[in-house]
Amino acid sequence: MFDLERWQEIFDTIRKNKLRTFLTGLSVASGIFILVILLGFGQGMQNGIAKEFEQDAATSVWVWPGVTTKEYKGMNPGRRIQLRNENYDFAAVLLADKIEHKSPRLFVRNSFVNYGKESLAYNVQGVSAQFQFIENEFMSQGRFLNQQDVDLKSKVAIISNKIKREVFKDIESPIGEILDISGISFKIVGVYGDIGGEREEDRIYIPISTAQQVFNGADYINNLAYTLPPAKDFETAVVQSIQFKNAIKSYLQQAHTVAPDDTSAIQVYNPMEEAKRFYSLMGGIKFFFWFVGVCTIIAGIVGVSNIMLIVVKERTREIGIRKALGAKPWSIVGMILHEAIFITAIAGFSGLILSMGLLELVGPHIEVDYILNPSVDFNVALTTVIVLVVAGAIAGFFPAWRAARIHVIEALRDE
Amino acid sequence: MIQIKDLHKSYKMGKNSLHVLKGINFNVEEGELVAIMGSSGSGKSTLLNILGMLDSSDTGEYILDNVPIKNLNETKAARYRNKFLGFVFQSFNLINYKSAAENVALPLYYQKVPRKERQEKALKYLEQVGLKEWASHLPSELSGGQKQRVAIARALAAEPKVLLADEPTGALDSKTSYEVMDLIQKINDQGNTILIVTHEPDIADMCKRIVHLKDGVIIEDKKIEQVRAEQYV
Repeated sequence: MFDLERWQEIFDTIRKNKLRTFLTGLSVASGIFILVILLGFGQGMQNGIAKEFEQDAATSVWVWPGVTTKEYKGMNPGRRIQLRNENYDFAAVLLADKIEHKSPRLFVRNSFVNYGKESLAYNVQGVSAQFQFIENEFMSQGRFLNQQDVDLKSKVAIISNKIKREVFKDIESPIGEILDISGISFKIVGVYGDIGGEREEDRIYIPISTAQQVFNGADYINNLAYTLPPAKDFETAVVQSIQFKNAIKSYLQQAHTVAPDDTSAIQVYNPMEEAKRFYSLMGGIKFFFWFVGVCTIIAGIVGVSNIMLIVVKERTREIGIRKALGAKPWSIVGMILHEAIFITAIAGFSGLILSMGLLELVGPHIEVDYILNPSVDFNVALTTVIVLVVAGAIAGFFPAWRAARIHVIEALRDE
Repeated sequence: MIQIKDLHKSYKMGKNSLHVLKGINFNVEEGELVAIMGSSGSGKSTLLNILGMLDSSDTGEYILDNVPIKNLNETKAARYRNKFLGFVFQSFNLINYKSAAENVALPLYYQKVPRKERQEKALKYLEQVGLKEWASHLPSELSGGQKQRVAIARALAAEPKVLLADEPTGALDSKTSYEVMDLIQKINDQGNTILIVTHEPDIADMCKRIVHLKDGVIIEDKKIEQVRAEQYV
C-alpha cells in the first residue's frame, strides 16, 4: 500500500492512458453520484414525511363525526352525528388509563374577530388546557389556557406568533390586549408557536366552555383530540394507537347508534398508523434506491473490470518480463488490484464529493411536499466508501487473476 | 553449477505429442561460457526455458547450484529465478515506460532491496556496461546495442549464479553483436557463469564451449579456443 514503486507504476500507466482511465473513472463516479443522490433523496423523503407528522404529537388521535351511511336499528342513513360533552366525558372515564392528554374542540364558525378597528381573518377554536400538548404548541409568551379558564368560562384568548407578527407588530407585547370576537371581548393571555410552522398558526384558542356558552349555547363538540402515553417502541405505539382507535370508535358508535361497519359516521385519524404506512413505504423506496444505485455501481465495476482486462492484455509482455525477473504471482495480483482499487477509489470519491456537494448546495432549497433537506449522513457516506473499495477489489480481481496466470514464455513471445 | 541428467520434454499438439528433448545430459561448471547451438526446432530454446525455470521438464534431473529444481510452484519458481538466474533476451524485453536505471533496478525490487540501494546498484551496473550517462533515458531513446547492454546490466543486477542469454545478438547488426559479446566475455572474465543460445557460428566461437543440439539430443559438446570479440570492436 505504501510501496512507492508501485504507486509510481500506477501513475505511470494512468499517465500513459489518460482518456481510458478517465472514461473508466467516469462510469464509477457517475455510479456513486447516482447512488448518493438517490440516497439523499430517500433521506429527504424521510425527513419530509417526518416533518408532516411532526405538526401534531406523534401519538395523537383525532375523532370527528360525519354522516351515517347505513341503516341501523331502525335509524335511517344520512343522519348527521353530533358529539356532545357527555361523549367526551364518558370516553375520558372509559379509556382513562389509555389517555395521556385529552381535549374537546369546537370550531367557532361565522365569527368576526376585531382588534381595535382592524378586522382579522383567523379561526377561533374552543379547546381545553391539554390541547397544547396534543397540537404540539409551544408558548412564546404568556401561558396557554388552563383548567381554571375552562371551569370559569374565562374570556381569554391565545394567539399565535404569526398573529402577533401580523397584527401586534406595533406594540411591545400583545399580552393583555383585548380581542373582539363577534362582539365579545377576550383578553389575550398567551402567544403560542406551532412546530408545524406558519400554516398551523392561523388559530385563536379560547376555552371550550366559553366557546360553547358564548357562541352556540349547547354542549356541542366538533371533535375530540387525544394523545396516548409514550410507548417503549414504535411497534407498541402503533398497536396501542390502533387499539385506542377501535375502542373509542366502538364507544361512539354505540352511543350514537351507528352501525359498527359504518366508516363515515365516526372517523378516527391516528398519525401513528399513517406513519407506519408511510415508513414502510419509505423502507420500500429506500430499498429500491439502494438497489438502483448498487446496480449502477455494478455497471461501473464491470467497466473497470473490462478496462483492467485490456490493461492486462496490453501489459502481457511486461508482466512476462516481470515474472522472468522474479515477480511472484501475488505481486502481480497486487499490482493490478492496486490499480483497480486506486481508479475506483479516486473516481468514486470524486463522485461522492460531487454528489454530496450538490446535495449540500441544493438540498436546503428544495421545497416540495414530502421532500425536505435531502442529505446523506456520515454512515451512508462511510457505507458508500466501503462499497467503493470492495467494488474496486472485485473489479480488479479477475483481471489480476488472469495476469498472475500469464505464462512467461508465451508472454515474451507476444509482440 | 548446473547438472542435467536425462532430461525429457514433449509438447502436446492436439492428439500428437511432440518430443522436443530426448534425454539431455550435461554439466556446466562455475565460470564457464557455453554456447548452445542448433537449428530452429532443435530444442535449444526449450532447454533454455527449462534451465530458466520458465518451463518444466517431463522427466529428468536438474540441479542448479546444488539445489534440485523440481516440483516448483509459481511462487517458488519466481523466487529461484530471482535468486539464481539472470535473463537476456533476443528482443531485449525492457519495460518501455521505465528509464534504463529503473529497468536495471527492477529485479532488485523483487528482491526487496531498499529503494536507495537499488538506485545505487542500478547505476553501478549501468556503469559496468558503459551506459551510466544514459541512466535516465527511456528504452525508446536507446539504440539496439544499448538496449541489450541495459538488459545485460539488468540481468547482472540481481547477482545471479547463472546468466541465460537467448539469442542475445539476434536482433543486432554484426558490429553491435561483437560489442555485446565483448561485454559478455568481460563479464565472464569476472567469473560469472553464462549460457548463450545462438545459431550464429561466429558468436558461438566467442564462447569457451559449444554444445550442439539436433533433434532434441546433444550431438556435439566441445571446449574451444575462445575468440575475443575485442579485436572486432
